[in-house]
Amino acid sequence: MGDWQFTVLLLSNGVLIGLMYSLIALGFVLVYKATDAINFAQGEFVMISGFVAAAGLMVWGTPLWLAVALALGGMIVLGFALERVMLRRLIGRPVIAVVMATIGLASILRGVGPFTIFSGTKPLPLPIREEPFLVGPLFIPPIQLLGAGVSIGFLAAFGWFFLKSRKGIAMRAVADNQQVALAMGINVERYFGVAWAMTGIVSALGGVLWGNLLGVDVNLALVGFKVFPVVILGGLDSIPGAIVGGLIVGIVENMAAGYIDPYVGGGTKDFAPYVLMIAALMVRPYGIFGKKIIERI
Amino acid sequence: MSAGNGMSRPILSVNNIEVIYDHVILVLRGVSLRVPEGGIVALLGANGAGKSTTLKAISGLLRTERGDVTKGSVELLGEPIHRKDPGEVVRRGIVQVMEGRHVFEHLTVEENLLTGAYTRCENAAARKDLDLVYTYFPRLVERRGFKAGYISGGEQQMLAIGRALMARPKLMLLDEPSMGLAPMLVQEIFEIVSRLNREEGVSLLLAEQNATIALRFAQYGYVMESGRIVLDGDAKTISENEDIKEFYLGLTGVGQRKSYRDVKHYRRRKRWLS
Repeated sequence: MGDWQFTVLLLSNGVLIGLMYSLIALGFVLVYKATDAINFAQGEFVMISGFVAAAGLMVWGTPLWLAVALALGGMIVLGFALERVMLRRLIGRPVIAVVMATIGLASILRGVGPFTIFSGTKPLPLPIREEPFLVGPLFIPPIQLLGAGVSIGFLAAFGWFFLKSRKGIAMRAVADNQQVALAMGINVERYFGVAWAMTGIVSALGGVLWGNLLGVDVNLALVGFKVFPVVILGGLDSIPGAIVGGLIVGIVENMAAGYIDPYVGGGTKDFAPYVLMIAALMVRPYGIFGKKIIERI
Repeated sequence: MSAGNGMSRPILSVNNIEVIYDHVILVLRGVSLRVPEGGIVALLGANGAGKSTTLKAISGLLRTERGDVTKGSVELLGEPIHRKDPGEVVRRGIVQVMEGRHVFEHLTVEENLLTGAYTRCENAAARKDLDLVYTYFPRLVERRGFKAGYISGGEQQMLAIGRALMARPKLMLLDEPSMGLAPMLVQEIFEIVSRLNREEGVSLLLAEQNATIALRFAQYGYVMESGRIVLDGDAKTISENEDIKEFYLGLTGVGQRKSYRDVKHYRRRKRWLS
């Protein structure tokens, strides 16, 4: 295999995996955009949805559509409930309160998942072909293609929603300035709930796709850590940023794995995105597409 | 003289309200005022006199700041509204333009305007009202695609008022529309606002430190200090009042007075002259 073919292979895999990161990052961005809350439990949201879907398929014996519907429904309910019970009380408190609350939530979900649903690792089979498509030099696993497709679909749908629909504009208004949004008669709390529920939807799909790729156990939550370089690179509150950040992280990971790992014996794949993240923080703290704080003098 | 009567029935009446923040801090005591339907009423007073608090008590925004109307009532066309949440108050026809030109900085000018129509269901009507706003504020037309954070201060104030108009209010509460703006712009904004009053039938309650301009456009005025109303009357009467002249309008008749003994209580505790 030629050099350029190897590069193209790494690139294409990076793009596909990157788009799957984007999907999870989208969950994070939705909440941050609407409520200013940094959700450290994003990976656990994905994990717990994976648990529900896998339990549906493998333990309770439901058909696939029902298993996915259970995960979706469960996450929507969880999203609304969390906002209602926990996060609403933290509005107006220091950011650290929300951060700590979501870290606590993450631990709880990691504990509760295996405890109440099942323990050990379960596969989450989807009715798609196993063997990869071979297109020229490319080597494309169908699940990644599906994942990338779902990501693009959702990113486009949410992008449209925020830019064009009145509800979406109202949601951005809430994110911009809660007090003024209230003065315009916008029901701020309801939008917070909606944002968490949207995150639930995205996480549920992420859980099914990543669960299929990695298998479902507690470690599925680790995918959530990849969200941080993605959103720092792209911008915490930007949907296009989530795409670009995801692509960068996916590509960097694959390039590191392909070009650096052979020399150092492996492992750079896992931390290369974080090196990039720290560099990005030093240069452009609000990300490539993140909103700048507008200051007037 | 009973406040604002004689012109027509009041669209808004604030009856003897008391406002307490955080359950302990008393900020308004026995504030009563009336806005006649179709009228312009000025609420004057120095910084910290309680003007903004009064407006927030009317619009319901007070509770989001841990404040509460503990006594008295606020009525819109005879219906009590002081227990309603801000969304309900907007739906019933009162919209507040907050102090300090609060726009949604990261939204475009046009998106800002559309948020004003949030409480109304009809999408088409909202789009039509955009044109109405643009006829009153032609400056906003060329800025429609700009992020609101990057337009000038005067344009932001126009945007905030235009956005409020999108809610099609019966009564608009304007909090310091003149703040931080050049006199020419203040004049322009007040002229547009009084056109809204005449042509769209929007009643206005405007809180202002700039009494000169406020009294030029209002028919009736109230003066607040330390959370109470200390004086009220027709705009003309108020602007001819010696105390007001001296402290708000900067027309000094001070030379004639040697002693502060005969100066009324509300005048003595002034920190306003600077």
